[in-house]
Amino acid sequence: MPVKVMIPSPLRSYAGKRDSAEFNARTVGEALGHLTTEFGDLRKHLFTEDGKLRSFVNVYVNDEDIRYLAKENTPTKDGDTISIIPSIAGGVPAME
Amino acid sequence: MATTVQPQTGAKPAVSLSNEEILRYSRHLIMPEVGMEGQLKLKNAKVLLIGTGGLGAPLGLYLAAAGVGKLGLVDFDVVDFTNLQRQVTFGTSDVGKPKSQAARARLLNLNPDIQIQSFETQLTSANALELFKDFDVIVDGTDNFPTRYLVNDACILLGKPNVYGSIFRFEGQATVFGMPDGPCYRCLYPEPPPPGLVPSCAEGGVLGVLPGIVGSIQAMETIKLILGRGDNLVGRLLLFDALGMKFRELKLRKNPNCPMCGTHRTITKLIDYYQFCGMRGEEAPGPTVQVPEITPRELKARLDRGDDLFILDVREPHEYQICNLKGHLLPLGELTRRVHELDSSREIVAHCRSGKRSAEAVDFLRKAGFRKILNLKGGILAWSDEVDPSVPKY
Repeated sequence: MPVKVMIPSPLRSYAGKRDSAEFNARTVGEALGHLTTEFGDLRKHLFTEDGKLRSFVNVYVNDEDIRYLAKENTPTKDGDTISIIPSIAGGVPAME
Repeated sequence: MATTVQPQTGAKPAVSLSNEEILRYSRHLIMPEVGMEGQLKLKNAKVLLIGTGGLGAPLGLYLAAAGVGKLGLVDFDVVDFTNLQRQVTFGTSDVGKPKSQAARARLLNLNPDIQIQSFETQLTSANALELFKDFDVIVDGTDNFPTRYLVNDACILLGKPNVYGSIFRFEGQATVFGMPDGPCYRCLYPEPPPPGLVPSCAEGGVLGVLPGIVGSIQAMETIKLILGRGDNLVGRLLLFDALGMKFRELKLRKNPNCPMCGTHRTITKLIDYYQFCGMRGEEAPGPTVQVPEITPRELKARLDRGDDLFILDVREPHEYQICNLKGHLLPLGELTRRVHELDSSREIVAHCRSGKRSAEAVDFLRKAGFRKILNLKGGILAWSDEVDPSVPKY
């Protein structure tokens, strides 16, 4: 059973409108690598130009923040859920 | 573990309720978790709501109904017709009135025994500390990053709890920041996203009930903080997915290196939050690209003349259903992939709702070699104003 990556609604339009995707991965970095390979448009929203996770995107394995684990090297096991939690300001912008 | 908020000193605390109050709050008083002691805590509590919009509506209504003795309402906006779909404090007759005043009138009608102070002003680094200092709990119901960081920092500087809620389309987040041992907003998000990377405007909108649910969660947390009852959301980020109807929670840790609430605080006063969030001026979500334009009247004249123009609508399909100019629908987000559908030898007029998305489309297509392409200035909104008022605005 692979690792499940939850895609938050602000990023779904860059991920073929999917709300989650499953990958075989041993670390968080590997799973996010698979995710951004499958959905190329997601890459710039998650990573900086030099490949670092953006500071306003938080990633959790189950309910733990990977910043307090081993960051992108945090190991994952089958059945884990990786959540991407971007900051949302709230409010209701009108369309442009 | 329950945490109690200490009321601000000042006026003498109320020590009893009138008979009328006892009747009004009887469903609280007969619960041992509230009782007379809890109801008096509510009566002596002072809560400041930042924003009286979607989140502020249930917050104001429930906190007023619960008998929170003093409510402050900070909002500089006026009620707009499009607010009524979710901002349930307001009625149709409030459209055009200042929100803080309209909300005050509504809440006083609900509960005339409480004190409501409306602040018809924008929260800024210059007034935040002064506004916050007389209140016990600050509730963040704003809609933009600069104000979120400002509310957070002011709460940390003054040592006040910040009941946080935020929404996006079908999802909500809620937690409590600013408690002595808990994390702050900067522990969760040290930096805001740059303006260019916030979700695209083709993703606007919200289901009206969502702020009702998230604002109600904030109201519940506020009341629990005042009563000192139950487990509050300190150190937990509650996530709500309305479509899946699922609640989840994530652990929030206090970052020992947090520049605001860490052991070595490096931020000691309020800063320029628009600059911090990469914005200039009050509202500047990135400039519109400069591209060749055509006004709605010019377009109408050319169409009437029978000119061969290809109308390109770069909005989303669900927007096309609201109203359209019978153009070819090709959403901005799909333009790169579907550019081959367009004939660069024909003259193209691109449009969207307001002219901003289509400006991006025109800019992209010009770079892709399209020479005869114009942007409809002001989009469908301007078309409705200047050419055909039968086209609805949304």
